Amino acid sequence: MPQASEAVSGDVPARLAMSGVSKSFGGVAALRDVDFTLRAGEIHGLVGENGAGKSTLMKIIAGVHTRYQGRMTLDGHPVHFRSARDALAAGIGMVHQELSVVPDLTVAENVYLGKQPTRGGIVDWRAMFEGAREHLASLGIEVDPRARMGSLTIGLQQLIELARVLFSGARIVILDEPTSALSPPEVQRLFEVLRSVRASGRSIVFISHFLDDVLAISDTVTIFRNGRRIVSEAAAGVDKAWVIERMIGRGHEELEESYTGNIALDSKPRAPVVLAVRGLGAGRAFADVSLDIRAGEVLGVYGFMGCGLIELARALFGKLRPKAGTLAIDGKTVRLSNTAAARRAGIAFVPESRRSMLFYREPVYKNMSIAVLGRIGRLWLQPSAERAIARRHAEALSIRPPTVETLLQSLSGGNQQKVALAKWLTWPPRVLVLSEPTRGMDVGAKDDVVAILRRLRDEGLAVVVLSTEPETVLSLADRIVVMKKGRIVGEFAGEAVSKDRLLEAA
Amino acid sequence: MPAFLRSQMRNIAPFVTLIALIVFFGVSSPSFATLDNGANILTQISVTGVIAVGLTFVILCAEIDLSVAAIANATGIVVAYFTLQENYVNIANVPLPGIAAIVLAVLACAFLGLVNAVGLTVIGIPSFIMTLAMMQIGAGICALLVRGQIAYAVPDFVATMGAGRIGPVPWIVIVLAVFLLAGHVVLTYTRFGRYVYMTGGNREAAEYSGVNVKLVLGAVMVISAVCSGVAGMLGVAHFGSAQQNEFDGYLLDAIAAVVVGGTSLFGGRGGIGNTIIGLLILGVLNNGLDHVEIDSFLKILIRGLILLVALIINVYVQAVRENEQSN
Ligand SMILES: Nc1ncnc2c1ncn2[C@@H]1O[C@H](COP(=O)(O)OP(=O)(O)OP(=O)(O)O)[C@@H](O)[C@H]1O
Ligand SMILES: [Mg+2]
Repeated sequence: MPQASEAVSGDVPARLAMSGVSKSFGGVAALRDVDFTLRAGEIHGLVGENGAGKSTLMKIIAGVHTRYQGRMTLDGHPVHFRSARDALAAGIGMVHQELSVVPDLTVAENVYLGKQPTRGGIVDWRAMFEGAREHLASLGIEVDPRARMGSLTIGLQQLIELARVLFSGARIVILDEPTSALSPPEVQRLFEVLRSVRASGRSIVFISHFLDDVLAISDTVTIFRNGRRIVSEAAAGVDKAWVIERMIGRGHEELEESYTGNIALDSKPRAPVVLAVRGLGAGRAFADVSLDIRAGEVLGVYGFMGCGLIELARALFGKLRPKAGTLAIDGKTVRLSNTAAARRAGIAFVPESRRSMLFYREPVYKNMSIAVLGRIGRLWLQPSAERAIARRHAEALSIRPPTVETLLQSLSGGNQQKVALAKWLTWPPRVLVLSEPTRGMDVGAKDDVVAILRRLRDEGLAVVVLSTEPETVLSLADRIVVMKKGRIVGEFAGEAVSKDRLLEAA
Repeated sequence: MPAFLRSQMRNIAPFVTLIALIVFFGVSSPSFATLDNGANILTQISVTGVIAVGLTFVILCAEIDLSVAAIANATGIVVAYFTLQENYVNIANVPLPGIAAIVLAVLACAFLGLVNAVGLTVIGIPSFIMTLAMMQIGAGICALLVRGQIAYAVPDFVATMGAGRIGPVPWIVIVLAVFLLAGHVVLTYTRFGRYVYMTGGNREAAEYSGVNVKLVLGAVMVISAVCSGVAGMLGVAHFGSAQQNEFDGYLLDAIAAVVVGGTSLFGGRGGIGNTIIGLLILGVLNNGLDHVEIDSFLKILIRGLILLVALIINVYVQAVRENEQSN
């Protein structure tokens, strides 16, 4: 097997080279003896299962983890960063898997974070807003620089964070799962940005679980498994099956279908309606949404970023108060005045952003039990019961590490996502609403989630999956409605449907 | 440093501070480290302590209650207002049986807490602002009821709890112990307590887990007000008088006790155990400075500086710990 170094570019110099890097967290090895080379002017794709060590390696490069074994050289000079600021000064910037934007500041302040233009010692707001607008526009991002960051979609926030890193003059840009929250057009736009960044001689590391994306954009792909680098290879010479095999360590043909062909939808038009949504509307977000959510059926709701999906999901869980329309469970109208009321009515919800679902500094078991504490004991806590339940879920979802006392923050991104799902599964609700349920999960874990949701469905649960990823909807749904600009514009039931037809409808 | 010690830094640092203070004062003054003085310290922290129990709930939720001292003052005055005063007390009061006076006083502080709760959760006023207003309202109630006068009598039960003893032990210390214990049990062993920690740790996540966050926040405001009210009644009995501005120093002391003990102002971390250590640090400091010979005007400054150092150690140690963890 030829190594990437020869395969890609015989004499392009290594911008960054790591050799023999190992890193462990409290005795648990996250990286074992890893060699990694990043060349000038290349896009380097990084793939591997959840917990394989991708983010850890990148955090070492970006100066977040400062203690590790092994050596790192930048342009041939040995370096050992003491902080993220150190790394940034050396020209290395990273967009983290968990966004690190400041939601309460404006877009412009986020772009200029820490180095606002000043005039006579005070912040020159006009220059800042103008500069931010120009910079963002040069990347094809149209957004009001005065808008509050937190009011934007996750996808847009991610693009702006990327813009900030580029703006800071980084020569090496690390993107940890940048496309997981983007709609297909946004992904294309990101790719264009990345190509132009590459053309200027800068190097990019691109981590993603969307293997098609990785293969489309990368020059080189490196595969990680279990803390080891398995192989690096020119992206042009390999295909998805080859990559999956090396990621998982065994052949796995059926694991990820590519959904270019038709998928037959197994709709159940005669199943009883559990949750009936009639004429639901909320300001500018969405209007006149009517849905029948049926027992034993997975309803997929598909649309582009910003089409009102996110708001609709929140309205179904009582987080957002609709202005118009009604919700009825088993034919009885319910008013969801808050999320606790929704939970009592038998609705469960997993939001798309991990950060708003999880307690990072608490152990895994408390994260899982929080939604069902009242069922475990009304007044007193039952920690042993909590732990037992959590252990069962950790095993069922193969969460790594499986010890439920681990603090949530030390889990890898994909494993955190599994915890977010697990918290509702102890006493299955009547209706399970999932926004982007498989975001950030590796192919194997996605498969697990599909299996779990199918099982719950077969037990009679009504499931709603809202996603901007056609693959997610296609792999899970028995019936699909398409949203566009806040309205339902199409429905696919009991027929065969393909990714292309979905995209067309949106 | 072993991982366990590191993870317990938040709790260890205040503890070490406390020991250091005790050793320092013990060495500098022979009258400090005596059994009697120990009892003194416990008595001196009792009123602050009962307030701090309620405040711990609020701060764990990443909120703040600036009205605790004002509510304590108002409640103390309410209970005196409904008690028969001596003839020379020039207050147009309404004497009622002791039990009725106590019930009315408790209702009064609960009601003020409820107003805080409604302002915070229903109207959406930040707790900092809402309780700042309540601080004024409490002061206004005090002013209206006593009109610059001083009341002395309180119901017998309150007088016993605030100023009486059972054998060698002051009742007020026992009341403090009961409140601390109850607070600890609620926070550590009940579902509500878990909700308090989770709401403080990540409010949005608590909401998405189906926790009624507004109810939790409202409840902690009421708990805080009721604790303050009880402390107010005890205080009035303990000091032997009820008057305006009697509790002014207690707001800062109560907040300092909670925070110096290691409970995070950002919510979700800490607890009654930390508050106990914080109270003792404060008590030892206040008491110890009276045992060493320094200019009494300098003492106020020294007290402030030592509190500052304790806080710096706290914040610093926390930062170190978080750093180590992510490495
Ligand atoms: N701060 C930490 N403390 C303890 N363990 C950690 C910490 N960060 C990561 N780990 C562990 O190191 C391993 C590698 O994690 P890493 O985040 O690098 O995975 P990843 O490949 O990025 O996975 P994902 O695709 O799920 O994001 C995991 O087992 C994880 O639990
Ligand atoms: Mg990761």
